[in-house]
This record gives sequence, structure tokens and C-alpha cells, in this order.
Amino acid sequence: MTAIASSPSLTDNPNCRDWIDIARDETVVLKSGKVEIGQGIATALIQIAADELDVAPDRVRLISGHTALGPLEAGTSSSLSVETGGRAVRLAASAVRALLLAEAAKLLQAPAEALSVEDGRIVVSGRATDLTYWSLAPAVDLAAPVMDHARPKAPSERRLVGTSMPRVDLAAKAAGAGFIHDIELEGMLHGRVLDPPARDRRLVTFDEDALRRSFPGVQLVRDGSFVGVIAEREEVAVRAIAAAQRLATWTAGAPVPADLRAAIAVDSSTPEEIVVKGDVDAAEGRRIATEVERPYIAHASVAPSCAIAAWRDGALEVYSHSQGVHDLRTALAMVLGVESAKVVVIHAPGAGTYGHSGQDDVAYEAALLARAMPGRPVRLLWSRFADFSLAPTGPGMIVNAEAKVGSDGRIASMRIQSVCQSQVFRPGRGGTANLIAAERLTDPFPKGVPVDPPLARGGGGERNAIPLYAIPNIHVSKRILRDLPYRTSALRALGGYTNVFALETLMDDIAAEIGVDPVALRIANLEDKRAAAVVQKAADMAGWPGPRVPGTGFGIGFCQYKNRSAYCAVVARVVCDERVRLTHAWAAVDAGEAINPDGIINQIEGGIIQSASWTLKERVALDGDAIATRDWEGYPILRFSEVPEVEVAVIARPEAPPLGVGEAATGPTAAAIGNAVRAALGVRVRALPITRDAIVAAMG
Amino acid sequence: MDRIEFHVNGKRVGVAVDPDTPLLYVLRNDLGLKGTRAGCVEGQCMSCTVLIDGRAVTACMEPVSAVAGRKIETVESLVDGGTRHPLVESFIKEQAGQCGYCLAGILMRAKALMAAKPSPTRDDIVTALDGHLCRCGAHARMIRAIEQAASVGSVAP
Ligand code: FES
Ligand code: FES
Repeated sequence: MTAIASSPSLTDNPNCRDWIDIARDETVVLKSGKVEIGQGIATALIQIAADELDVAPDRVRLISGHTALGPLEAGTSSSLSVETGGRAVRLAASAVRALLLAEAAKLLQAPAEALSVEDGRIVVSGRATDLTYWSLAPAVDLAAPVMDHARPKAPSERRLVGTSMPRVDLAAKAAGAGFIHDIELEGMLHGRVLDPPARDRRLVTFDEDALRRSFPGVQLVRDGSFVGVIAEREEVAVRAIAAAQRLATWTAGAPVPADLRAAIAVDSSTPEEIVVKGDVDAAEGRRIATEVERPYIAHASVAPSCAIAAWRDGALEVYSHSQGVHDLRTALAMVLGVESAKVVVIHAPGAGTYGHSGQDDVAYEAALLARAMPGRPVRLLWSRFADFSLAPTGPGMIVNAEAKVGSDGRIASMRIQSVCQSQVFRPGRGGTANLIAAERLTDPFPKGVPVDPPLARGGGGERNAIPLYAIPNIHVSKRILRDLPYRTSALRALGGYTNVFALETLMDDIAAEIGVDPVALRIANLEDKRAAAVVQKAADMAGWPGPRVPGTGFGIGFCQYKNRSAYCAVVARVVCDERVRLTHAWAAVDAGEAINPDGIINQIEGGIIQSASWTLKERVALDGDAIATRDWEGYPILRFSEVPEVEVAVIARPEAPPLGVGEAATGPTAAAIGNAVRAALGVRVRALPITRDAIVAAMG
Repeated sequence: MDRIEFHVNGKRVGVAVDPDTPLLYVLRNDLGLKGTRAGCVEGQCMSCTVLIDGRAVTACMEPVSAVAGRKIETVESLVDGGTRHPLVESFIKEQAGQCGYCLAGILMRAKALMAAKPSPTRDDIVTALDGHLCRCGAHARMIRAIEQAASVGSVAP
């Protein structure tokens, strides 16, 4: 028998009962650290558990993201929830089934192999018995290690996994329920906080007395430059904070380089070598190069960040839509000066988030407010401004890529350098809290030095900078800028978006230079068969190369996310008239074992539309040290009249491990659009977003 | 404070609040109808769309005094016990949504559209929804779901 592969999620949570309880009420409680952020993970985890346990999925009750009740699992990020979190659930559920069946075999004096399970009831040779999981459970010790008992089913035995089971949470959400914003606790108060114009600004004057006089019933909370108000009624808190905003004056911002290029010239950072293979300098061939740039991009979740906090007897309970409840607990304990054991963080869904936005910050600020009102829960909703301007943004980025192409059409070398601020700096990591309000207290906590993740964790700035193509000489480096004041952190795909845009537009530039078809060039240089298959499939779906129509173009883009998660190829069709319109996108994706094919399709569709929005429209406005983007008017995103028709094909590989898919489409979509614009107009736009102005500038 | 009376989802209600209070907060906090969503509270995202006398309106920009005596419908009106409005049915059938935060406003806009035009074209749908923001990119599924609900033809009044 081959050894069963474990999951990193089991390291800190090795026992069955860390993951599963057989509850009294004929349900099964499944516990996970991975949380629903609109990506359908709750449904996928329930499918996996129900399949391994042989129970109906509606018997499985999921507790996710609860620091007191759930496993200590890494946060929901990097498209790892199914790969590692799902794997742990599969192993644990199979182990629980095996333990319960062993007990049944003992009672029935039958060999375990003769037993099967139907919706939790034990069946012997096709005949139902009186025994169920629930009758057996009291005699079975679920403290047993998962890996001692795990026996996951063979792919052919799975019934639920691989089907497009409807999302377990969507019916409620379509009826207007199920968000953190809707939680109403006994005696709950409403809070609002004062927004500094930028992260590093501090209060110069603030007339507290004037505010108290105008709003006698409102509780004012102040610590240094952190100011909040608490009121019985939400609209009163809103009015009070607006008044407070008018009563505050702030320090001016420090001077800042005008743009990313100016910043690079003066920054104290140095490049880091990431991958060196062969010798790019010695390689020979025709040199083809590009330099692409992406602006800072906002998460722009449709709901402002929200949290509810309550202090009782020195202990804190917080409802949060954090993607990492355990890290948040660590960070909160650090800045609030309490033991971790006194802090409970409970996840409740917010609107979609696509990385690290304001969800953790707001939880801390709610806790600061609630501390002034012990025993009363305080609900804090951030302002739209705070979500755009004080939450982390996805960093702007410049990528240089240079290839040498031999006379045989083979790519002899590639050199890539990615330059940006840190791509990930989450709360509670690296010994700092990284909760923005903690930086403006009377005794401030240090900002901490952002550390971009290493390649072993998928990389940050260098994510997907390493070409998957069979190229003998490769040099990849990154440079993480340290001196810029902007607060940056994880946004869907991290550096992968811009790196794939650079590499895949370079591939098309190479194809044009040497006169070969872009799809053929990719397939000729891909040794990985699964990679070649998605490229071919997307091309076939689109009817590649498409008809030649003036002003219209087809383009392709491809990546394997993180060079180890899902494979995704996208073909875009654009029409360029007074602006660039993406009319169609076709995508092929290989996510290994597809737990829920429609869930994968939904994620790819959404990834394509979000990436199209970034690629065609989005740019956070910077003004000195401040993020000047404050509202939707200043930050247009793709609208209903602008979304393309999208078709997605999932290449099923039931025998292969499942691969994370949530971030796979962003880079390929950007490259496909860029390449389609080049095909339509003959211009290579290298500065994102690809607006009319950018095209005119590129035509220069 | 005078009591302001109006109808919500067929029921007569009254609240004694500051007349300038946005309808959004009255619905959510005084009447416990949490389905109407705060997105920007600045009139820019349409998440908070409700119907006032059948017309789609942003509840964040509407002072409660302006709705005295009028008939308001919120997303909660689309599910009555076990019966779901065809729009909700088709959104579930098409799995039209990711995080789902934008859905309440979009469903109410779609309801107003279908009342005005029982068989809307795709263009009608896109035009009606164009002010609504969805960050997750579930647009195509929502358009499909509305087309499907319209083709079912059983548009609830
Ligand atoms: S909440 Fe955005 S328009 Fe009302
Ligand atoms: S489904 Fe998330 S905003 Fe529309």
C-alpha cells in the first residue's frame, strides 16, 4: 500500500476531534480554519467531508474560522484552501469513518470490510442495521491521530465530490441574509472612527470639548490620533464622526517621489536573486525585451469593512471577516496587551475580499471602542474612504523581461526582474501587529518591516515570474521597495498578475518577431503536457486565430498559478473603437481533481471579470503620501454594460490532486487582453491600465 | 419627534426617529430588515436599492421623512415563508453570485424592471443594472438569471 500524503493543516491539529464531532442531533460538526469569502469554500469542504463519511451533505454543519472551537489552521489565502484545508478534511473524515466502522464491526462481529454506510447508518452486506454513527459515537475516542486511521476513498468511489453541488450559503444570501453586517447582539452600540487623510498623518488639533457639547449622548474614545465615537443609533455615530472630522487638523505629509520610477531611483532596496539557471549572459539569440507597469490597485470590496467587538471581564470576543482569525487573535493580543487566551475571534462572512484589505484593522478598532463600554457589543463599520485609502492596496509594480531567441525559434534565455513594494504583510506576522490604528496611538506600535514571502511559499513580487516554458537559461530577481509610505499587502495573485502580463505579452512579441503563431509558440516551448492542453483547449474554444476584422483582435495568455496550482489559459477578443472593449473571453482550466466544477467555473469567470476591470480601468490615485482615491466615483470598475461573455471549460483530472483556482485567471486575462489589443491595433501597451490614453501614449 | 408611518413589505409600520435619518438605517436598525445593504452610503454603488411605490431608489440617500405614507419593498419581500420569488429561484438555480453582497440591490432593481417590462431584453437588463456594482464578477450569471426569471413569466406583482 502506498503511503497516504498528509496535509500541512494537520501539523498543529493532528487528531480527528480537531476536525470533526459526531453531534447528538444526528449531524456531524466539521471544523475548519478556512473561511468563506465568496469563493465557495464552505460548500467544497462540506462535499469532501460528506463524501468521505457517507452522510448527506445537509447533515454536515460547518464551523469555520473560530479561534476557540476550530483547528489552528493557516488563513484563507494563496488558493490553498482546497489543496491543504480540503486535504485535511478528507483525511480526517475518512479516519472518523474508519474508527466508527471499527466499533461497528466489533459489535456486529463482522469484518469491517463487509460494512458500508448509508447516510450515517451502518449496513452489513446490503442490509441496514440499528447502528448509526450517532449510536456508535459515545464509545469511539476521536482523540485518535488522523494519520493513524485515514483511508480516503479512491476517486472512483466518490459520489459528491466532482458534482456541482449548489453553494450552501447562496440561497440565504440571495434572500438578503448571512453577513457580518447583519449581526445584531443584545445591547449593541454603533461606532465610527476618524479617518486620517493618510496613514502617517497625526492629529495637530482636535477640539474634543466642542464635539462633546454638540453630541452629549455620544461616547468619545481617544488615544493619540485614534479617535472614535459610540452611539446608541447608527446615524448619530455617523453625524458625530462627520463633525469630528471637521474639528480635526492633521500634520502634513512627508515628501514622496512622484512615481514608481522616481521611487526606484532613490530607494535603499537591493535586488534579490530568486532563480538562476544556466547562464543568461552567455546565451545567444535575438534579444526581445519589454518593461511593463501596473499601478496601485484597490481591493474595492463592495461592502465597507465591519466588525463587532465586546469586552466582558477582561476578555474580548470579536466577530470579524478576517481571512486569518488566528493571526488576528495574535495581533489583537499583542496590541491590546492581553493574553491570546482572553481573545476569541469568530469569523462571519463579509462581502468578497480578494486578499488583505481592512477586515483585520476594523476588528482592532472595534475592540478599542468596545473597551470603553465593557459588557456592550460595539459594531464598527469603516467608511468607504477608509476601505479605499487606509486599507492596504495591491502594490504598483514594474517588471522587466528580456528573452533571447535562437535562429531555430527556441527561446534560449529569459531574464526577469520584478520591482514593487511588499506583496504581503498580514496582521500578526513577523512580530508586528500591522493593524493601522495601532500606529497612531499615544504610545504607537511600530509599523514593522514588511517581508515579501519567499518563493517556497509561492513568492510575492516574484510570484509566477519564473517561466513555465522549457528555457535553458533563466535569471529571475526581485527588488522590494522599502522607502515608499504606501501600505501594501495581498491582492489576488500578488505579483503573479503583473509578472504573467510581462511574460505572456513578451511571448507574443517574440511570436511576432520571429513570425510564428502565438499559440504554436507556446505549445512548442511547453514540456508540461497539462499546460499545453489548457493552451490548446482555450484556443480551440475561441476558434483561434479568429477572423481578421479591422479594430478587432484575439489574444492569449497562460499561467500555472504559482507554478504549482491550477493551470489556466484565457483567450480574449477585444474591439477597439473609442475605447477598448473586451467582448468575449474563453478560458480552459485544469485544477486537478475538480471538487465542485461549477464552483471552479464561477471563480474563473469572476477572476476574468475582475482582472479585465484592473487591466482596462483601474488605478489608485496617489497624492504625495496619501491615497487620493476616496470613493467609487474616483475608482470606476467594470460595469454590467462592459462585462464580456465568458465561457469556461474545466479539464477534469479526477486522479490528480485538487489545485487552487481562485487566483489562476487574473494574469492570463491581463495578458490575453494586452495581446488582443496588439493584434487589433498593432501597438504594444505596456503601462496598465489599457485605456484610450495609454494606447495613444504607446502609439507615441 | 413625530412618528413617521409607512408600509414595508405590505405591513404598516411607524418609527419615531429624526426625520433626516436615512431610510437605510431605519430599515436595518429600527425595523430589523437587515437585507438592505450598506455599500457606500454615498449614492454610488446601488447596494441599498429598495422599491418605493414600485420605483427603485437608493435607501441610503432617502431620508425617512420622504417615505411617509408610501409603500416600500425590500429584499425580504422576495421570500415569503417557503415561497421564493421567481427571481430568487433563478438566481439560486444559476448560482448567480459569489460573495452575494450585491444581490439584494440587484434583485430589487430586477423586480422593478420586470414590473415595468415583463419580458426585458438582454439590453434592457444591462441598462437597468448598469449602476450596480459587483466586485466579484458574477455579472454574466445574474443577467442569465434575470432572463430566465422573465421567461418563466410568473412575475409576482
Ligand atoms: S449604499 Fe451605495 S448607493 Fe446606497
Ligand atoms: S457577488 Fe460579490 S459583489 Fe457581487
